[in-house]
Amino acid sequence: MTVITPPDAAIVTVASAPRPAAFWRLKGFPLIPILILVFIALVAIFADVLAPYDPTIGSLARRFRPPFWQEGGSTAYLLGTDHVGRDVLSRLIYGARVSMVVGITAVLVAGGIGTLLGILSGYLGGWADQVVMRLTDTWLALPALTFAIFLAAIVGPSELNIILILGLVYWTRYARVIRGEVLSLKQREFVRLAIVAGCSSRTIMWRHILPNVINSAVVLATLMLGVVIVTEASLSFLGVGVPPPKPAWGLMMADGKKGLLVGYWWLTVFPGVCIMLMVLSANLLGDWLRVKLDPQLRQL
Amino acid sequence: MAGQTLLSLEHLSAHYVSQQGTRVVRAVDDVTISLGAGETLGIVGESGSGKTTLALTMMRLLPPAARIVAGRMMFEGEDLLKKSDEEMRKVRGKRIAMILQDPMASLNPLFSIGNQVAEPIRVHEGAASRTAWQRAIQLLKSVRIASPDTRVSQFPHEMSGGMRQRIVGAIGISCEPRLLIADEPTTSLDLTIQAQYLNLLRDLQREHGLALIFITHNLGIVAKMCDQLAVMYAGRVVEQGPVSRIFNAPTHPYTKALLGSIPRMTDGGERLTAIDGQPPDLSNLPAGCAFAPRCPAVTTRCRVEAPPEFVTEPGRSARCWLAEPMALRSSAA
Repeated sequence: MTVITPPDAAIVTVASAPRPAAFWRLKGFPLIPILILVFIALVAIFADVLAPYDPTIGSLARRFRPPFWQEGGSTAYLLGTDHVGRDVLSRLIYGARVSMVVGITAVLVAGGIGTLLGILSGYLGGWADQVVMRLTDTWLALPALTFAIFLAAIVGPSELNIILILGLVYWTRYARVIRGEVLSLKQREFVRLAIVAGCSSRTIMWRHILPNVINSAVVLATLMLGVVIVTEASLSFLGVGVPPPKPAWGLMMADGKKGLLVGYWWLTVFPGVCIMLMVLSANLLGDWLRVKLDPQLRQL
Repeated sequence: MAGQTLLSLEHLSAHYVSQQGTRVVRAVDDVTISLGAGETLGIVGESGSGKTTLALTMMRLLPPAARIVAGRMMFEGEDLLKKSDEEMRKVRGKRIAMILQDPMASLNPLFSIGNQVAEPIRVHEGAASRTAWQRAIQLLKSVRIASPDTRVSQFPHEMSGGMRQRIVGAIGISCEPRLLIADEPTTSLDLTIQAQYLNLLRDLQREHGLALIFITHNLGIVAKMCDQLAVMYAGRVVEQGPVSRIFNAPTHPYTKALLGSIPRMTDGGERLTAIDGQPPDLSNLPAGCAFAPRCPAVTTRCRVEAPPEFVTEPGRSARCWLAEPMALRSSAA
């Protein structure tokens, strides 16, 4: 009988929990974009408390008031009023809610569909792979915005429909990226060990594949957030997005665009700046995460 | 030592077929092997001789391009080739387990050790997670992991290579399989850990009455571990029998050459012999014996006619015309 002395008997595991402070010292940590996003999110959550006026009710008596620092402006309406006398600041605050809700849920819908199909197509291969990938090719051949307008025209504009449409338009990017990840995961020994251990395909996809592609999905989600918000704003601008009484930023720009010629610049510039800040922040955060979490995900 | 027959492969052939069906690679060709309960079989051969394909065939996990074209595969009295995919899945991990070529990478980095060791138990026995967890601790103890109670909730990156290896062994035996197939389980380990791991496998085998199939190209491991030996060349078993008999008196020139290429303590300063030439292209085998072009004892008959399997003594056979005079009978009719 041979006695084995385990070589590790003497090894003392040194528990080194990462200190929270270390996170902030990470190279290139996008502090400002995160603060902006957190700020917008907080504004969206507490819109009811923060907004000085009801965003949907105006008064024709106080139309086209400029921001407070311009002549004719007053501190009662800090950022002025629009063509029906609604407070621009209140509309921006409520608009944050629309952008956040639509942006995040649409990304979740797209991510859900895309991740599911990507895993199925990558793991099962064969005809499932063929079907999903040909579908993705076809989808990618359609211009996203035109396709979204087309769908919106069919089902009619509403917030829920916009979310579903954006999800349906943008799932293909997920499917592509996730499928690629799955193809390489499939070759990893722990997946093969699970097969050899008699796990069903469903167990393997759920337990071994999904947790390992979540990283990429999160990175992609932050990058997609910007794209989705711009598309939502574009749809609203074109009149097939969030229906009018709701204060969406894109819609505010559309309403204000005629005013540009006569100098009512605040109607378009403020929502435009909001969209830009939010999209830029989301993209900067996404870029940072991409490099941080997954050096292989270089394009897109 | 040999109990009743556990696994018997009868004239098993698995071929890779190209998409147009024009090229056929005979990766496993007419293999007949039997293994008793609790026995250890070593399968040796060069790279590309069909060892791994044979292991995958036994698990019925061949890639889509390959198919099993002929033969029977009897395991505990059932023909595994007749089972549905779902029935086969219940055999894998439960009655036949396998350890892969690179156990270092066989653990999912995202789950704790206990979770992964318990996985086959949950999958096959539907055990509640708490009992499965307790079993996992027992299993870690049986593969000699120090302080299993704390190790069980740690993650793979916190383990050394040798420990991960033993954990993979624990996963292999978690459902008390009857047969464990180890496909070059020690190639990625250094020598001291190799020896430990082999001892561990042998102890586990003894404790659990496992049959072991060892796929390797290391004849030293075969000498240390195995009762039976099957030598593969170009997809065929060219010689098989008890290890001691083959090591003392190899019949097939290929086996002789393999044994001649191992350094021995007793040899003086003689040069090691190498086998001339290359292994044949499996999709374009020569007409006669596949080893004929490299064989030192080749005859004209070898180049024309492939030798059948000659049984030279009970439990021992060789595919070589040289064995014909010693043959009791030819097993290939």
